[in-house]
Amino acid sequence: MAYLHIKNVVVKGVSACVPATVQENTGLTGIPAADMEKLIKTTGVERRHIVSEGVCTSDLCFKAAEKLIDELGWDKNDIGGLVFVSQTPDYILPATSCILQNRLGLPTDCFTLDISLGCSGFIYGLSTLAGYMQSGMIKKAILLTGDTSSITSSKNDKSTYPLFGDAGTATALEFIDSEEGLKFHLGSDGSGYQAIIINDGGYRNLFTEASVVENTVSEGIARTNLHLVLDGMDVFSFGISKAPESVNALLGKFEIDKENIDHFYFHQANLMMNERIRKKLQLPEEKVPLSLRDFGNTSSATIPLTMVTQSAESLRNGKNENIGCGFGVGLSWGSVHFSTENLVVPDLVYHD
Amino acid sequence: MNIETFVQEFAEQFDEIPAESFAADTLFKENDEWSSMTALSVIAMVDQNYSVRLTGDDVRKSSTITDIYNIVLSKANA
Repeated sequence: MAYLHIKNVVVKGVSACVPATVQENTGLTGIPAADMEKLIKTTGVERRHIVSEGVCTSDLCFKAAEKLIDELGWDKNDIGGLVFVSQTPDYILPATSCILQNRLGLPTDCFTLDISLGCSGFIYGLSTLAGYMQSGMIKKAILLTGDTSSITSSKNDKSTYPLFGDAGTATALEFIDSEEGLKFHLGSDGSGYQAIIINDGGYRNLFTEASVVENTVSEGIARTNLHLVLDGMDVFSFGISKAPESVNALLGKFEIDKENIDHFYFHQANLMMNERIRKKLQLPEEKVPLSLRDFGNTSSATIPLTMVTQSAESLRNGKNENIGCGFGVGLSWGSVHFSTENLVVPDLVYHD
Repeated sequence: MNIETFVQEFAEQFDEIPAESFAADTLFKENDEWSSMTALSVIAMVDQNYSVRLTGDDVRKSSTITDIYNIVLSKANA
């Protein structure tokens, strides 16, 4: 079991950016109204923000980062690290984090790193960046997470398209000596790699002409091999067992009393799954904010997006004890505990 | 665990079909209410009551409630 306690690093600010364009699930054509009603009831996703053509995850993260750095009052020259977590990078190569270093005007002696993870990505990104910082040689750094899953999902696939929204987020970390820091529990199970997958376009299955041919899998599910495939049942089964297990492992290992936790931020998968997880952990609703009704599943952006849209007031004022838990594609999962004080949380940013 | 209780618990995942219409040999996918959402309810019930993780394949390859019951039984004893 991978546990980490990374001391001397503090989360100072969190921001999020979504596309201004909203798509109502009830407005989707191709899915019968009765099916959609049931789908909304089960998944809890009523609408999603989706990018217009040509807009990338990095564009959303860029706006979120600019706003956050500005409200923190940070000098960009002090930023020594940038991690970009996404499965929708600008290019296959180079790494998008390099491009963002330049675009954000960060110094060239800033380290940059791309991480390819989705639902668990925020937790892994935090652990990576905090790990780089704990010795104190990097004082300030930025974590960017997000995806544009509206592009990777087929519009003709009712099992994916109505669930996913687009978002980009930024999280600011700072080295502060003798702070308690961040505590993690991390895990992976590659035996489930096919549960959430895009089959073609990588190097196992190269892009071919056949990659763009749409296949009808079953009623209401048609997609090409460049689109996301989601085995909802496998993922559901995995999520309701692993997420509570991981949170309990974190609480147990570090002797954290869950009564003292102000907010539990879970990856926003779907309402039925999130409610199961909450009930298994016996957590009250008010401690477990949800953002999926208006944003859907935004991959590695869900946790910071939920912080910004559902509990900004509480986070901005005073001390908060927070738990985050991400789980999904990989399969990969992780939980984090971190304390915040007067967190800098800019209002949600919109991208045209 | 026993099959009678399991059939009862399985039947409770359906909102519209009366529980009495279900038996161990019921072909549970052959009704109007069965959908991927009902499947999630069944997976959740099995997780909660038997601490067993059903996979998508387990559900796909099953036709009767007995089929599901046998999978749960074998996983519970594993």
